[in-house]
Amino acid sequence: MSILCRIVNSFHRSKVEQEIDRELKSHLEMRIADNVAAGMSAAEARRDALIRFGNRSLIREAVTAADAQLTFDELWHEVRYAVRQLRRSPTFTTTALITLIVGIGTNVIVFSVLNALLLRPLDVPEPTGLYNVVHQTLGYDNQSYPDFVDFQTKNSTFTDMAAYRLQDAGLTAGNAAYKCWYYRVSGNYFDMLGVQPEYGRVFHATDERGPNSAPYIVLSHGLWVSDFDSDPRIIGTTVHINKHPFTVIGIAPSGFHGTDVFIWPDFWMPMVDSPDDEGAGFLSNRAMHNIWILGKLKPGVSPPQAAENLNTIARELARQYPATDDDLSARLVKPGLMGDMFGDPARSFLGGIMVLALLVLLAACANLASLFAARTADRSRELAIRLAIGSSRWHVLRQLLAEAVLISLLGGVLGTIFSAALLGSLTRWQPFPEFPIHVALSPDATVYFVALLLSVGSGILWGLVPMRQVWTTDSMQIMKSSAAGTMVFRRFALRDLLLFIQITLCTLLVTSSFVALRGMQRSLRAPLGFQPQSVVLAQTDLHMGGYSDNSSTRIQNRMLQEVSGIPSVTAVGIINETPLGTGGSSTRVYRLGTTDFRSSNSAFGAKYFSISPGYLKAAGTHLLTGRDFTWYDDANTPKVAIINDSFARAMFGKTSALGLRFVMADKVSYEIVGVVENGKYDSLTESPWAAMFFPLGQNPDSDTSLVVRSQLSPGEIVPELRQVLTEIDPSLPFTFHSWPDALAFVLFPARVATATLGVMGFLAAMLAVTGVFGIAMYSVSKRIKEFGIRVALGAQPVQLMRSALSRPLTLLLCGSAAGLLLGAIASKLLAQIVYQATSRDPLVFGAVIATMAILGLLATWIPAHRVLRTQPAGLLREE
Amino acid sequence: MSRNDLQGSLDLLVLKTLSQMGELHGYGVVLHIQRASDELLSVEEGSLYPALHRMEQSGWIRSEWKVTETNREARYYRLTGAGHKELLKAEKSFERLVKGIRAVLRYA
Repeated sequence: MSILCRIVNSFHRSKVEQEIDRELKSHLEMRIADNVAAGMSAAEARRDALIRFGNRSLIREAVTAADAQLTFDELWHEVRYAVRQLRRSPTFTTTALITLIVGIGTNVIVFSVLNALLLRPLDVPEPTGLYNVVHQTLGYDNQSYPDFVDFQTKNSTFTDMAAYRLQDAGLTAGNAAYKCWYYRVSGNYFDMLGVQPEYGRVFHATDERGPNSAPYIVLSHGLWVSDFDSDPRIIGTTVHINKHPFTVIGIAPSGFHGTDVFIWPDFWMPMVDSPDDEGAGFLSNRAMHNIWILGKLKPGVSPPQAAENLNTIARELARQYPATDDDLSARLVKPGLMGDMFGDPARSFLGGIMVLALLVLLAACANLASLFAARTADRSRELAIRLAIGSSRWHVLRQLLAEAVLISLLGGVLGTIFSAALLGSLTRWQPFPEFPIHVALSPDATVYFVALLLSVGSGILWGLVPMRQVWTTDSMQIMKSSAAGTMVFRRFALRDLLLFIQITLCTLLVTSSFVALRGMQRSLRAPLGFQPQSVVLAQTDLHMGGYSDNSSTRIQNRMLQEVSGIPSVTAVGIINETPLGTGGSSTRVYRLGTTDFRSSNSAFGAKYFSISPGYLKAAGTHLLTGRDFTWYDDANTPKVAIINDSFARAMFGKTSALGLRFVMADKVSYEIVGVVENGKYDSLTESPWAAMFFPLGQNPDSDTSLVVRSQLSPGEIVPELRQVLTEIDPSLPFTFHSWPDALAFVLFPARVATATLGVMGFLAAMLAVTGVFGIAMYSVSKRIKEFGIRVALGAQPVQLMRSALSRPLTLLLCGSAAGLLLGAIASKLLAQIVYQATSRDPLVFGAVIATMAILGLLATWIPAHRVLRTQPAGLLREE
Repeated sequence: MSRNDLQGSLDLLVLKTLSQMGELHGYGVVLHIQRASDELLSVEEGSLYPALHRMEQSGWIRSEWKVTETNREARYYRLTGAGHKELLKAEKSFERLVKGIRAVLRYA
């Protein structure tokens, strides 16, 4: 019965299989019994029964294959086998895991950011069908309020349309004053979004009955918790916003933060109301573009249909109001990025980074593929035996694939856990404390799905590489020859290619990060037109203290006097908006003698600022010729201006501009009293702009940035400043930071790009090192016997090194060259984000080449040592 | 044509056997086919069980462990409603096959 027993034993797998076995056994027994009854001997009977039955393992496989339940068991069996295999080679498993954690983790992080900013719908109860309505011209995303009202009432494709804008204000409740960011929204805003208050009520379209008819605010959950102790009794009380009374009518639900993905406002206010005297004029002015429109499509209406509908209305309005609405047009964009202001840069930047992250993963896969191919070559004996005893090639391949996918999934899970932790801290990170910017990055179902997809995909990608190896395995050949040595070098071509790809990708990433780093360094050294070092900025909006523009000048003058009295302060001045800050406006200027002030007749557009006497000295802006303003430049004296060098050259050429005049659209002419150096005003990457400065005495502004230059560190001077300024008016909320810190905003994209590229470059470099190391080590270990013989025959170390390392080093050279070339092309794209990014920089070239050389040296050092330490006697004895 | 291959005819034989005999174990199916075909057809015993399992997975037959008249354990199969329908289909398609082959042979 031994054969029967063996059949029985081989079936010990699952209940289902045991059933099958029981059935086959009962069949055999019945046949044997019949045979005996027919007169055969017991032995003959069994033999006959077994012969009739045919190949037992084939039947078993065939029955198993017919059984759906067993297919899962099979899979489980394979997974368990894979786990055993992986546990048997911990080095391979660890290397693969780390590589995958890095590769997949990077992608999960980048994709989470992309998902949070670009893919996820707005975080409101009913996000479907919401679109921002912006101009067709890129970058013109704001609309005017009267145009909004026309769009809202005349369209036939939207169920509703709301308007909103973001503003800051000083909020006083009791004795405390805060600087707050808030949304001014049309009355139907909450109803359109389907937002229900947590406490109290929200305002509705019916509350709007003309300017200043609804002095209500709805607090955000965050502000209510942090500043009002979660006390529901706040509802119905009065708070002061810029010294104007408003009633708190409700608290927004905790998850709701308005209609921009990364803005978390402190409260909402009806658009018809205004916390300052100048603020309501835009409601009737078609020329003031300062609101965003959010529309909700009717079910079944497509965005192009809706856009066409709005454009028809826009053409009508253009006929009706040619002076203001001549260029009115509508385009529907995905909502949530301040109109579409951040849409394009975010899309191109994040898209680019996503591609780089995928390249890192691809490099990781190439790395693993060559490792796995080498491992499969080492296991070719085992595979050959399995093929020889009847395992199908598909089965063997499936087994290898199971190992690859299993380890990829494990790497994916660990990578996702790490990224989730990192994303958690990124979510808490607030790069700009003065802005309510906050991005919820925590991974959601989409992210997990993508992580799973990437894990399985990369597992299959590198798990399939040994396919050809399995398919062409000649089991006879392999079992005859002593080791896998013969087939190693035949397989070499594929691994060479993988290594080449990997090194190319690595060099590309390293080049990109060096280019970005250099650009960053240069942009920090570029002439800004002012000296931010050792300057502290104290910023406020005097509207928050209830001052009008015109009454601002007097208190600004007082601030300057008090602050200059602080002993350590060497210079102080005021500007309305600091250059390279977040504001700043531009307007058209005209040559003297212009009579028709159409924009096509203007000379050019120029940035303009209002400054106090002493600002230029405090900011460190060099006055090239002429004089600074004095407090005598006021409403009673002729209008004067200081211009920058670009302005002077563009309007007056080489003649000295001093004493000459230009005109603005209000037909007032200005006398030029000074010329200052050029500077950067909006961004570091801009080409030189024309700019002009007006005295605060003639051009009053409530926006106040005190520019304080002192010998003390910011930490020492700020308390003194705060004390002095509080004494002047305790209700004014000031924000303080050093000027270099304030520049963080403009440097932020470049910083992020540099940091990201740096990390990616580093990861790629690590992958390249392990890749080159792995391949060099492997080929050395396979040929160590050959080297022993050659040493015994008198080969020189140099000759051995050449034959051992020439291949990896050649690959390193070719790959680096290709990567450098690709990097040069890629840096053209990079130049859009990072100021002055160029690959035509000998330093970048040198650094990349040096890096690759160091990487090569690192990766081949140990293999080379092993070659040189070859002991022929010992090796030959081993055999 | 793929349904009319040999596998199809094995299915037909098994289904027909079960519909005639009511309830039978695998070995009985082999014997019955052999006897009913006057020893002309002998079912390859190895290929019977995969076929039985496949048909059970498809819901054409149901199985149950019972004791035979010789006091042995055996798995008995019986036809389900779906199995009856499948049998009709298989018979029809087999008839078409036979007709087709006969026509070709006559022509030749």
